[in-house]
Amino acid sequence: MTSLSGSGVTASGERPATAHPHARQRSRSAIGVVIALIAVAGLCAAPFFVYPVFIMTVLCFALFATAFNLLLGYVGLLSFGHAAFFGGAAYFAAHAVKVWGFEPLSAILLAAAGAGVMGLLIGLLAIRRQGIYFAMVTLALSQMVFFIFLQAPFTHGEDGIQNVPRGHLLGLIDLNQPLNIYYFVLAIFLLGFFAVWRIVHSPFGHVLQAIRENENRAISLGYRVERYKLAAFVMSATIAGLAGAMKAIVLQIATLTDVAWQMSGEVVLMTLLGGMGTIFGPSVGAALVVTMQNYFATSNVPVTVIIGVIFVLCVLLFRRGIVGEAIRLMSRR
Amino acid sequence: MRIDKTVLAAILVAGVMAPAAAVAQEVSDGVVKIGILNDQSGVYADFGGKWSVEAAKMAVEDFGGKVLDKPIEIIDADHQNKPDIAVNIAREWYDTKQVDAIMELTTSSVALAVQGLSKEKGKIDIVTGAATTELTGKQCSPYGFHWAYDTHALAVGTGGALVKAGGDSWFFLTADYAFGYSLEQQTADFVKANGGKVLGEVRHPLATTDFSSFLLQAQSSGAKVIGLANAGLDTANAIKQASEFGIVQGGQKLAALLFTLAEVHGLGAEAAQGLNLTEGWYWDQNDKNREFGKRFMERTGRMPNMIQAGTYSAVLQYLKAVKAAGTDETKAVAKQLHEMPVHDLFAKNGHVQANGRMVYDMYLFQVKKPDEMKGKWDYYNEVATVPGKDAFLSVKDSGCDVSAFGK
Repeated sequence: MTSLSGSGVTASGERPATAHPHARQRSRSAIGVVIALIAVAGLCAAPFFVYPVFIMTVLCFALFATAFNLLLGYVGLLSFGHAAFFGGAAYFAAHAVKVWGFEPLSAILLAAAGAGVMGLLIGLLAIRRQGIYFAMVTLALSQMVFFIFLQAPFTHGEDGIQNVPRGHLLGLIDLNQPLNIYYFVLAIFLLGFFAVWRIVHSPFGHVLQAIRENENRAISLGYRVERYKLAAFVMSATIAGLAGAMKAIVLQIATLTDVAWQMSGEVVLMTLLGGMGTIFGPSVGAALVVTMQNYFATSNVPVTVIIGVIFVLCVLLFRRGIVGEAIRLMSRR
Repeated sequence: MRIDKTVLAAILVAGVMAPAAAVAQEVSDGVVKIGILNDQSGVYADFGGKWSVEAAKMAVEDFGGKVLDKPIEIIDADHQNKPDIAVNIAREWYDTKQVDAIMELTTSSVALAVQGLSKEKGKIDIVTGAATTELTGKQCSPYGFHWAYDTHALAVGTGGALVKAGGDSWFFLTADYAFGYSLEQQTADFVKANGGKVLGEVRHPLATTDFSSFLLQAQSSGAKVIGLANAGLDTANAIKQASEFGIVQGGQKLAALLFTLAEVHGLGAEAAQGLNLTEGWYWDQNDKNREFGKRFMERTGRMPNMIQAGTYSAVLQYLKAVKAAGTDETKAVAKQLHEMPVHDLFAKNGHVQANGRMVYDMYLFQVKKPDEMKGKWDYYNEVATVPGKDAFLSVKDSGCDVSAFGK
């Protein structure tokens, strides 16, 4: 059956006259590549115009939201506990650099791996349930993680791990220089982003989307759905951890804010605002939310109220999110 | 970066108005900018809060609004008691907003984080709102200063008074962060050194609203004194709930180790009467203080506590130091701050130690009974003076390695 439909698509693809759907898909992916290239060029030039630490914060959250979107947008699993991986990795990285004297890159990779292990443990329990129950199980487990970090001596309670040294990349490049750390963070972000893109566009990713569309049909086709879900969960946790570890190195601090449940909520908001199930959406949402938080922090208007209003507008007026609506408008033409 | 900007400013000024060039080159970016970073919406909003910003503005006005012929600017932000938010704001202030010094820094977790950043960036920070002795101890900075009170002064003042009154067994209710630990430990050390004993401790998160399980543990410990090693609304809530459990009626004493005029006012004289507390300043001590208190009252509708008066003093002393140094360059100003005596309405005979600790006399107060009060803010009876040399740790005992400062 698969071979049949597959050959059908290729055959129609070779004949331009009848290849309308395929050509449109191809042109859309070409637009995607162009947008991606412009975005990368813009990010390379950005630190000369905008405050670098601000863009680095945006990049960290953009990667976090992208990792979260892998689960919500492509498998249809709403995790309400992703802060555990983000914040947990931040603590691991900060501790590895500050106490064990790790080099920054290895600390970040170690922390991401740590988040992956946490993802495996939490995922094993959580994927047994669906819908609201899945969200509640992840929330409960991430709250357990929160209280472990609150009490564990190495996290220093409310103080957090402070004054984390940025150190030298591979012992050579001084990350205290703003541009050095910026390009380091950009490289990791692009790597993580590319990883998610690859996962989504691989056969594995297509199975995930099949599960999202109709889990029972995927099961009846012979896929071991639980394993696919668990694998996606672990991947998402690992990349979320990558983002958290990077944030700890950039901002030189790991605190309870990163593991608290509000952070899990924030990433849901970023993803929905930008457009879930789109590759660029979460990054756009993250940039928007971080910019607003930054801009309104010094004004007298409470940030949470404004973000709440925007969220309500998003749900009422553009449910697909910013990028989701943009794609719809383009494909309508 | 910094040199570039100074040079640029000098060239600009020299070109535009040549006569002013001689002074202008000494102030970076042509403005002396002080950032007040504290809690303006959480449990410490009355402890320091917007009122500290007002006190800082009063100091600038009293100084004349200008230093070395350059304007002085105060900016402020709410750090929400979160060290990560505080560090982000501080970093942005230093990197993009030309802030020369950050002050107030209520809550120890924030103060330690921002002092670490300031040290790295070579900027001055003066802490008035945080208590931990770590600031001038192991985590001291050549450009970091600790004004107003600290945990050692509180342990010696309030702890000492209660031990003297026969409180020889203690149980601690401790806020779960740097300030709480250091306050608990120093009070416990003091109690033990005077022959008392500590029966146990329990730690609660910052901004706890329900203290019942903690208070029950404290009650069942049988300790004569329950030491509240927390601050702000946490202490006020703990005291309120303790009265519901009948702890004081049961014969146990409550020791609010950090309690200021702001919390006494919030709790009310009825509930707060009889409490012993240590502060470094009170508005009704002398004419100068009363005059300042009156001016502050006119602007804010409340009397200042030691945090707000201390912020006034810190800003004033910083500006004096800039003037004496003839520049706002960090090292030169820090040198002046270390050397100059502190004589203002806040500290009568203050001096700054090599580790950055400002040493001056603290006072032990007792909250009046409601019927003894003559006016709305007439809360304290002065019980004793705690001389500066007893209240604060010497450089040697502080654990600060001052020999590393030169490097």
